[in-house]
Amino acid sequence: MNLFLDAFAWIFSPDRLTGSLPLPLAIWQHVAFTFGAVAIAAIIAVPLGWLIGHTGRGREVAVALSGAARALPSLGLVLLLVLVIGVVHKTEAAVVSFVLLAIPSILAGAYAGFEAIDRAVIDAGRAVGMTPWQILWKIEVPLGLPLLIGGLRSATLQVVATVTIAAYVGLGGLGFFFLQGIQLQRFDAVLGASIVVVALALSLDGLFALLQRVVVPHGVRSRAGTAARPLRLGAAPA
Amino acid sequence: MNWVLDNLELIGGLTLVHLRQSVIPIVLSFLIALPVGWAAWRFTPLRGATLTTVGLLYTIPSLGLFALLAALGIPLLSDTNLIVALTVYGVAIMTRSVTDGLDAIDPATRASAVAVGFGPWRRFWTVDFPLSGPVLLAGLRVTATSTISLATVGILIGVQNLGYLFTNGYQRRILEEVLAGVVAVVVIALVVDLLLVVLGRLLMPWLPRRGGVLTRRAPVMAGATG
Repeated sequence: MNLFLDAFAWIFSPDRLTGSLPLPLAIWQHVAFTFGAVAIAAIIAVPLGWLIGHTGRGREVAVALSGAARALPSLGLVLLLVLVIGVVHKTEAAVVSFVLLAIPSILAGAYAGFEAIDRAVIDAGRAVGMTPWQILWKIEVPLGLPLLIGGLRSATLQVVATVTIAAYVGLGGLGFFFLQGIQLQRFDAVLGASIVVVALALSLDGLFALLQRVVVPHGVRSRAGTAARPLRLGAAPA
Repeated sequence: MNWVLDNLELIGGLTLVHLRQSVIPIVLSFLIALPVGWAAWRFTPLRGATLTTVGLLYTIPSLGLFALLAALGIPLLSDTNLIVALTVYGVAIMTRSVTDGLDAIDPATRASAVAVGFGPWRRFWTVDFPLSGPVLLAGLRVTATSTISLATVGILIGVQNLGYLFTNGYQRRILEEVLAGVVAVVVIALVVDLLLVVLGRLLMPWLPRRGGVLTRRAPVMAGATG
């Protein structure tokens, strides 16, 4: 347990507020990269996923995409894009790779949410005279929301893990202390930074779990148990 | 292509090491998840706690897991650490598949086996296990692919495998080297995935060849509840 005490001593040491990268700044960078990348990925993937779910077209492509994405090594992708786009633009290159890694889970969540809706509900909407636009916004989007949030949850966790790895290209974030700690053979820093990363990942996971529960419409809450399960379609730990 | 042709020996060697570091955790996670998933399925009080635990394990970023395992006594910069960490993630994926697979079997089938006098052991191996096969295979495919791709992170804790091509290529600014590493990892993952599909066909010849039998979230079983 001594190791953990050392790690907590490292986390709460006053030195963490000074130096080349203060710990609160690293946490902020980590969170900013994560939410920034997931937001950009969502802007791209949510409408596309909804389109696939609504029309039922292009599903095979989306399934193949999320399968292939699982095979793509995130460290390799980050380093590859930094070399392709240019080392001077490494922040942009890293963000592009985070976005690419986040897209498959969000896409899968968006269309799976639509697919999981009972066809009878949509037919009922059409029967009472709803336009396709109303069916989309008043039936499909609200009912598909829990699975979409599940997709965002997987994507967020994937990006949190990848941002840690991306410290290798000098991006900052919490991975910085991990890699620096290995070089300096300071295990307290390695473990301390890891505890903060794990705490961050678990908090975000908890936040999304809560959100997934909250967005279930009142009318369907009684059978929400299955809908609130985290979606693991495109996600792999990184 | 020049870099690749000049370094075929290096790529080949790293590929073999990479396969060894991935196959061990893939096999281990299947062997561990089978009893764990079965217990979570069989004993209802264990179910919630087990599935929550594996879900949380899955959320831990890999670098964090390496450090936590090191704090538990495994040398931080070692093959063992990478293999154990990959096994943890594999167990997290597979346990869920095992309970899902067992859930998907029609209770009437199981009841028939009991009625004709199958004991619990024989019933598991001749009824439950083969019938949950498609879901287990789907889980194993996800495990295999993500293990092979994730193993590359090992280079950050000094473990050499195809991930070496990433960091070495980055440091020396050889785009081809990094690209060769990415392609090699994806190709290995696809080949192993294909082998698993073939293995599934050989072991489960009764399944229809087409129609999404092998997709993870849709077990096609008589009376499947999803």
